[in-house]
Amino acid sequence: MPNMSLKKNEMPVQDPRIRSGNFDEVALGYTEEQALDEAERCLNCKNKPCVGGCPVAIDIPAFISRIKEKDYEGAYKIISESSSLPAVCGRVCPQETQCESKCVRGIKGEPVAIGRLERFVADWHNKHSSGAAERPAPNGHKCAIIGAGPSGLTCAGDLARMGYDVTVYEALHLAGGVLVYGIPEFRLPKEIVRREIENLKALGVKIETNVVIGRTIEVDELFGQGFDAVFIGSGAGLPRFMNIPGENLKGVYSANEFLTRVNLMKAYKDNSDTPIKNSRSVAVVGGGNVAMDAARCAKRLGADNVYIVYRRSEAEMPARKEEVHHAKEEGIIFRTLTNPVEILGNEHRFAEGMKCVEMELGEPDASGRRSPCVKADSEFVLDVDCVIMAIGTSPNPLIRNTTEGLITNKHGCFIADEHGLTSREGVYAGGDAVTGAATVILAMGAGKTAAKAMDEYIKNKK
Amino acid sequence: MYRIAEKKILNPYVTLMEVEAPLVAKKAQPGQFIILRVDEEGERIPLTVADYDRKKGTITIIFQIAGATTEKLNHLNKDEYIHDFVGPLGTPTHTDGLKKVAVVGGGVGCAIAYPVAKKLHELGAEVHSIVGFRNKDLVILEDEFRSVSDVMKIMSDDGSCGEKGLVTDALRQLIEAGNTYDEVVAIGPLVMMKFVAKLTKEYGIKTVVSMNPIMIDGTGMCGGCRLTVGGETKFACVDGPEFDGHLVDFDEAIERAAMYRDFESRKREDTCNLYKKETT
Repeated sequence: MPNMSLKKNEMPVQDPRIRSGNFDEVALGYTEEQALDEAERCLNCKNKPCVGGCPVAIDIPAFISRIKEKDYEGAYKIISESSSLPAVCGRVCPQETQCESKCVRGIKGEPVAIGRLERFVADWHNKHSSGAAERPAPNGHKCAIIGAGPSGLTCAGDLARMGYDVTVYEALHLAGGVLVYGIPEFRLPKEIVRREIENLKALGVKIETNVVIGRTIEVDELFGQGFDAVFIGSGAGLPRFMNIPGENLKGVYSANEFLTRVNLMKAYKDNSDTPIKNSRSVAVVGGGNVAMDAARCAKRLGADNVYIVYRRSEAEMPARKEEVHHAKEEGIIFRTLTNPVEILGNEHRFAEGMKCVEMELGEPDASGRRSPCVKADSEFVLDVDCVIMAIGTSPNPLIRNTTEGLITNKHGCFIADEHGLTSREGVYAGGDAVTGAATVILAMGAGKTAAKAMDEYIKNKK
Repeated sequence: MYRIAEKKILNPYVTLMEVEAPLVAKKAQPGQFIILRVDEEGERIPLTVADYDRKKGTITIIFQIAGATTEKLNHLNKDEYIHDFVGPLGTPTHTDGLKKVAVVGGGVGCAIAYPVAKKLHELGAEVHSIVGFRNKDLVILEDEFRSVSDVMKIMSDDGSCGEKGLVTDALRQLIEAGNTYDEVVAIGPLVMMKFVAKLTKEYGIKTVVSMNPIMIDGTGMCGGCRLTVGGETKFACVDGPEFDGHLVDFDEAIERAAMYRDFESRKREDTCNLYKKETT
């Protein structure tokens, strides 16, 4: 008899008052009991609507059935057939708008907590399994992957499983992309990312860090080095600013810089050589997941007040509900319908206030969201000594500027077809480099699609 | 890991290292920079390429011991390894079509000015070099500059070598003496570059400066290296590091460079104390 409870099992979390002072993981994961209880909520539908909601099409009912049988390793195997990074996705996927949004149980009550179950299975595997993955027989062909982020790692994993000799080139000193420089430790422990990457290496994937494609090596040279196909997963790493006065004051960061200092360079640890400003009062401008991450990091670094400053209302915020909820629990103050117009500085050019205006919502704009308009005579100064701009990123121009024949759109994103093929034969692209800033799982889906297309391309070329 | 193939102490504060990085050496050009991390806990710092040897696969860096990272780097010896070393980053110096150029270097900035002077000399341009140091003990690359310069001026704050005075004094003299330069290249402390640019603006001579702001990734990702150039925000790592000296907002750049001064001096002291403990 399935568990007919309308509510999903709650995920145990660290107490907000304690966690806002540490960088340890917030969500603690299901116990075995909770996982078994939750798995019983799955009706094992024949037509599996949840699978259609998953960008990498994990056979969700099948892995949940294995959990019911307590065959956790079997469940892990099913997930890994479709996903290269199960422990990551179980944590950072927006399941509420993907698999879980299609779950039949969600029609009346809450959907099955698919994401939490995925995380349970991946964590169980990482804790209990010791056996290295089997290395597939080599097929004699080489593929190059640019960028060791979610799309690149997924593409690399899939190609390696097909027997390709895969080399991943990463510009930074550490593989993981946004998983290591962007998403904070308390949401995605870096040890988990490291393990997932070790799993890929065990499959034979080679990772070359400290190589900037477009500078150290150009795309065309890769073909000269015997690679049969290239996948570009270089992400969207270029931060946007608002172009308002005072943005170059000290104490004004892009979210990218702030998060990179904290996450990749570990500026929150005493022994780190990388500095970060000690701030009393921080404004994070933006309403996405990156803004929530930056705000929660700022709080953990010891700021008394941390504000989210967003020009629309909370309903329009692109961040996941769960992130907004966690941020609020930790004491982040939401100043919605507020837009900065100038950052004020002191005589040493340190930020010491942010002039803002209040906004009201007008008619829906092209994106379907109601566009904010300035309220008359509403100017005020928010007392802050640090401002973090989290208003989006665009793709890096390095590769497009150094590779002939690669077509991009007006936003600088590579143009690729539904298989990830760009305007150049043998060159595929996916993830944020194609879509602009999006989610980890969409990037993984694109990496997966491209791996399939690259395999077909190489086979047909033979 | 990147092996230190050679190490030379140029003066008590400035060290030269030749580092094995074949991929970087294959591509590096004057004006570009690299980013390194000394060890696993280390920060990422940018250093401009001082020279390269494509055959040996080495990049030469010359650095002033100024903070914890350069202190740690200076403690590494020949045949030891630097943890991370990535590049070449930034855009190369534009040298096309230049017939007569004044190259102005200040202090450790001479290390970066020299490869530019060398390349211009190789391209057949007339090179006038003006290099400035606080005193004679700090002079670096004198012979190297001499070998690629048609005119060579050394300036020092105290007159202990060359002439007493500032590089701008020497540059003004050369201009007043009737030299017409296609371009002035100035590389050194921000204050020096600011005043060189101020001087050449009077004479309407195009001036290129090399900026070395605080940065993390060096590929355009963090935006920490942003500068105001001609009223627009530019990223030194991808748009530079060289810019039109008449358009750079130096006062802003000087303040931004001091962002972490307290942290840096504290870290440096901690690092020095650690080394002291090791030796006692």
